[in-house]
Amino acid sequence: MSVDLTRRRFLIGSGVAATGILTGCDALVQSPSVNAVLEKGEWLSMKAQRLLLGGQQLAREYTEADLSPVFKANGTQLPETDIYKRLIDTNFTDWRLEVGGMVKTPKSFSMAELKAMPSRTQITRHDCVEGWSAIGKWTGVPLGLVLEQVGLAPGARYAVFHCADDYEQSLDGSGLYYESIDLVDAWHPQTILSYGMNGKDLEIAHGAPLRLRVERQLGYKHAKYLMRIELVDSFRNIGSGKGGFWEDRGYEWYAGI
Amino acid sequence: MTSVTNSTGLSQKPKKAVFYRHSWAVRITHWLNVLCLSFLLMSGLQIFNAHPHLYWGQYGADALPDPAFLSIEAYADGDSMKGVTSVGQLQFTTTGVLGASKVDGELTPRAFPSWLTIPSYQDLATGRRWHFFFAWFFVINGFVYMLYGLVSRHFRRDLLPTRAELTSKHLAGEIADHARLRFPKGEKARNYNSLQKLAYIGVGFILLPLMVLTGLTMSPGFNAIFPWLLDVFGGRQSARTIHFITASLVVVFVIVHVVMVLISGVWNNMRSMITGYYVLKPEAEKEIAK
Repeated sequence: MSVDLTRRRFLIGSGVAATGILTGCDALVQSPSVNAVLEKGEWLSMKAQRLLLGGQQLAREYTEADLSPVFKANGTQLPETDIYKRLIDTNFTDWRLEVGGMVKTPKSFSMAELKAMPSRTQITRHDCVEGWSAIGKWTGVPLGLVLEQVGLAPGARYAVFHCADDYEQSLDGSGLYYESIDLVDAWHPQTILSYGMNGKDLEIAHGAPLRLRVERQLGYKHAKYLMRIELVDSFRNIGSGKGGFWEDRGYEWYAGI
Repeated sequence: MTSVTNSTGLSQKPKKAVFYRHSWAVRITHWLNVLCLSFLLMSGLQIFNAHPHLYWGQYGADALPDPAFLSIEAYADGDSMKGVTSVGQLQFTTTGVLGASKVDGELTPRAFPSWLTIPSYQDLATGRRWHFFFAWFFVINGFVYMLYGLVSRHFRRDLLPTRAELTSKHLAGEIADHARLRFPKGEKARNYNSLQKLAYIGVGFILLPLMVLTGLTMSPGFNAIFPWLLDVFGGRQSARTIHFITASLVVVFVIVHVVMVLISGVWNNMRSMITGYYVLKPEAEKEIAK
């Protein structure tokens, strides 16, 4: 959730360089076959990290003294969808988290039910793809506990998180934020559905009522304003098929680097 | 830097001696390194442009009150804008190059100008894709070079300064010669001089490994794999800053390196790094005449 979209979209539209060498570089940049080769680097990064992360190592946890004085809110900070406006009007009392797709027993959870489950509190560093970092304290229910309650159907490989915010306003819903992680990260002990931040209820700017924390990856994986979790065997038919809002716009699906 | 292939000493006139200076491994890894570092620098500046502030410590963001000690930003200036580079309390107007520069003839807010970034326009996702691809390429190339240098004894033979070369008297003499642009000729040009050796060791064994390690320290995945890297560099934001400073030092080295190549016999230098063969020019004639 960390890219200044308006600036990016504006500059993509306006930027064509004047000099010969730059035009050459930009031509390379836009070549599909060059991109196909470069994407091998992303594959290599993921394979290498996963090889070394086989033991489900934890992301570093910090102390209260390390907290950022101000945790920068980024991405959507006030969703403008009708469904979210209704949630604000009712103070999120009607909000429920749907968990479905390739599961044995689809279920929906109220906030009270999620808060009644065992919780985990962790002070971790949030790293934006742009380069900045902020340290915050997150409280939530481990995603693994929620998945245990619904039970995964055979063949489920990814958890897809559907959100209430349309980061890019669209009529057909193609601008709605979504994200996905695989089961390695879904079962990781620090992967939590967070309803509390810095000792208080999660604020709207940070994703109220519920957001994902997936601590070993970059900020845009930490989907805010969660409405529904869908277990799938492939995200090919969701959005533009790359597994997330920013992934559909060119960013890596595996954001561990 | 060993075998002399042509040094007939029969004639009275001093002959040029051609010798094989750079092995195939050194030549190939050198030029691949040029390719990688060029793309890494330009894609790296693209990534920097997405958040043109540097911090020290574990965290840092452009939300008050995190203090940035380096920022390259654009500010409104009447109808136009100006580029401002801030280092600590100091502010410099850098319009045209840093902070605000022309894109298609129009002054545009961007930290580094479009002619220094890949792609030329703002596109972080593509910049990252290029950066990480060439980072892998660079690391593999560097690994091959290191392995070759150790196994072939290239490092020990050609790069390790002798004890005599490291005396302050010897180094002062070389610095004075360099400052007067007097370069070794004849047999003395057969080996790297000690300033060259120290510069190559400094870049190859300190700066470039630091680039890789500080780069890895910015990866949240690698932080979970090797948390000690965060302690070594004092946090992710410190690592990002050191990454930037180290890259700047590599650029300074490349500028000095290229200037030296140009003024100390550009064709001879280029031929030796392409074909391997370097021509030893005879020493000054009066010396030969004695």
